[in-house]
Amino acid sequence: MQLSREDLLKAYKGMCEIREFDDAVHYEFAADAMPGFVHLYVGEEASAMGICMHLNEKDTIASTHRGHGHCIAKGCDITDMMKELYGKKDGICGGKGGSMHIADLSKGMLGANGIVGGGPPIVLGAALTYKTKKTGNVSVGFFGDGASNQGSISESMNMATVLQLPAIFVCEDNGYAESTAKEYAVGGSILDRGKAFGLDSHEVDGNDFFAVHDAAKHVIDNARNGKGPALLHIKTSKVYGHFEGDAISYRTKEENEKIKNEEDPLKIFKKKVTESGLLELSQLEKLESDAKEQVKIAVEESKKADFPTEKDLLTDVYIKY
Amino acid sequence: MSVKSYRDAINEALLQEMKKDENVVVMGEDVAGGAGTNGEQDAWGGVLGVTKGLLGHYGRERVIDTPITETAILGMASGAALTGLRPVAELMFVDFMGVCFDQILNQTAKFRYMFGGKAVTPVTIRTMYGGGLRAASQHSQCLYPMFTHVPGIKVVVPSCAYDAKGLLIQSIRDDDPVIYMEHKNLYDVTQEVPDESYTIPFGEANFTREGKDITFIGMGQTVGICNKVADKLKSEGKSATVLDLRTLSPLDEDSVLEAAEETGKVVIVDESYPRCNMATDLSALICQESFSSLKAPIKMVTPPHTPVPFSPPLEDLYLPSEEKVYNAAKEIL
Ligand SMILES: Cc1ncc(C[n+]2csc(CCOP(=O)(O)OP(=O)(O)O)c2C)c(N)n1
Ligand SMILES: [Mg+2]
Repeated sequence: MQLSREDLLKAYKGMCEIREFDDAVHYEFAADAMPGFVHLYVGEEASAMGICMHLNEKDTIASTHRGHGHCIAKGCDITDMMKELYGKKDGICGGKGGSMHIADLSKGMLGANGIVGGGPPIVLGAALTYKTKKTGNVSVGFFGDGASNQGSISESMNMATVLQLPAIFVCEDNGYAESTAKEYAVGGSILDRGKAFGLDSHEVDGNDFFAVHDAAKHVIDNARNGKGPALLHIKTSKVYGHFEGDAISYRTKEENEKIKNEEDPLKIFKKKVTESGLLELSQLEKLESDAKEQVKIAVEESKKADFPTEKDLLTDVYIKY
Repeated sequence: MSVKSYRDAINEALLQEMKKDENVVVMGEDVAGGAGTNGEQDAWGGVLGVTKGLLGHYGRERVIDTPITETAILGMASGAALTGLRPVAELMFVDFMGVCFDQILNQTAKFRYMFGGKAVTPVTIRTMYGGGLRAASQHSQCLYPMFTHVPGIKVVVPSCAYDAKGLLIQSIRDDDPVIYMEHKNLYDVTQEVPDESYTIPFGEANFTREGKDITFIGMGQTVGICNKVADKLKSEGKSATVLDLRTLSPLDEDSVLEAAEETGKVVIVDESYPRCNMATDLSALICQESFSSLKAPIKMVTPPHTPVPFSPPLEDLYLPSEEKVYNAAKEIL
């Protein structure tokens, strides 16, 4: 599908923001400036952007532990997210959640998730709401190759077909679940599992923004038009380890190099759009430096921001006590 | 004897039991790691390296990396236990019990009773619990009261490296299902630990301090807090008893009552949510059996009734601390 110049710029802008955000987190975490567990999305940016560009604010997504990219692609504020990672009071969740629980319901972002396989069942519910109220919205559930082995994923795919829900399941297959290879842990095929449950199922090159964008358009349009749920099996790779601090000893040096040099979705995008003359290199470089600057400011503001205090300890458990 | 960390003590217990009994198998997510990769095998040895090295000794037949599928992991371990193996299954974080509780709640814990006393299910479920790592609401819970609530499963909460080894060996040899809970803040705590294997019997709480003015009761990580407060009080001229429960089920009721009666003043320190937790349970027991020996209301030091917050200052306010325990003690001393 032909994208407008505006869309192309938007896509690259989003991918740059995700890249810069997680590169900054990588750096800050290594410098011991950031608490908690963080899982970075660097290398998988084309998936989040290629899918979320088809979604409006009323559409929803449920994300994973590796959620920063999904959050940014769905429109969460970068500074508010960064503040959350530092545990600050003005963070996107008031510092209560941290990296694994970023959520912004006003943007249709139903939460990252610390429980592997936790998101897709929630997506069923959102999709049921849209079907019941005939809103024409869709809900997208992201999960990893490792998560594909959770019962919750199979249960969700089946339910989505049974009720013909506008739900899209997106398996981001980066080849590993922690230190375990997909080749070892996934019996049969992820794609076949989708087909077996009656989903419109497609395998997609996740390092190619255009491939993701095309495939996503097809299944999201169908879901909006009452044609039921789908599965996208997105093959991609991540640059960093499972979480920050992981020595990545389960991958070879060659593999790490290949991921960085040959499978980088930003590089691939850049090459495509400049070689075909769709965008100027200078336009892209401007987006890169803008994103860098934006994230730099987010980090600075986050470090300066205040922590929550004792009076925040007991709030937010219930609406009415 | 040599100085070992809590982590190494657990690792050594597993190695020794695997050597002693070929029916002992270890299973879980990334318990070795590296499965199916071109990189290092035994790449992780568990998320915090507790099972590192088992693979080199016993191979992938007995050190089984599993897919991410907790229901199947616990079910497989229990089924194997029921039919001749003696599995040690790992549930990486106890919070993930939300995914697979049925396998304990309705299956494993009830086999023996429902089957009229016929089943023998020698399964050990190792799991990591507790706060302090800024791991937020889904990776920091204690949840041991939930298991203690369920008849048919034993609940073990070692507080130190010595106990970690002896209680794990006991867990593995025990013919009943056991959930063995490792506090993630204790892994690097060290102590003299015997090199040979030994067991610590279940249902025998441990007096780590003996005194006459006040009694602290702790479990797992909170025992260390109690010990420190007891030592501080000692320097102020007050002597304290500290009781480490070691196992929550079976519960050493006699020692709990003895400890309470000794001083008549009791502070219970429990890191789990405050409603229906160990602190409330022990309080009820003490009030019922030793009411007349109490000289002050029982104090419970627990977190508030909220999920575990992420933000470091909030988590610090949330968790039981030496300061909170000390202040609670001062109120009744
Ligand atoms: C229910 C549950 N089990 C295990 C974990 C620990 N864990 C966190 S991420 C992860 C691997 C997930 O792999 P995958 O789904 O492929 O996602 P990726 O990390 O590769 O993005 C595991 C095992 C968890 N958080 N929740
Ligand atoms: Mg993966």
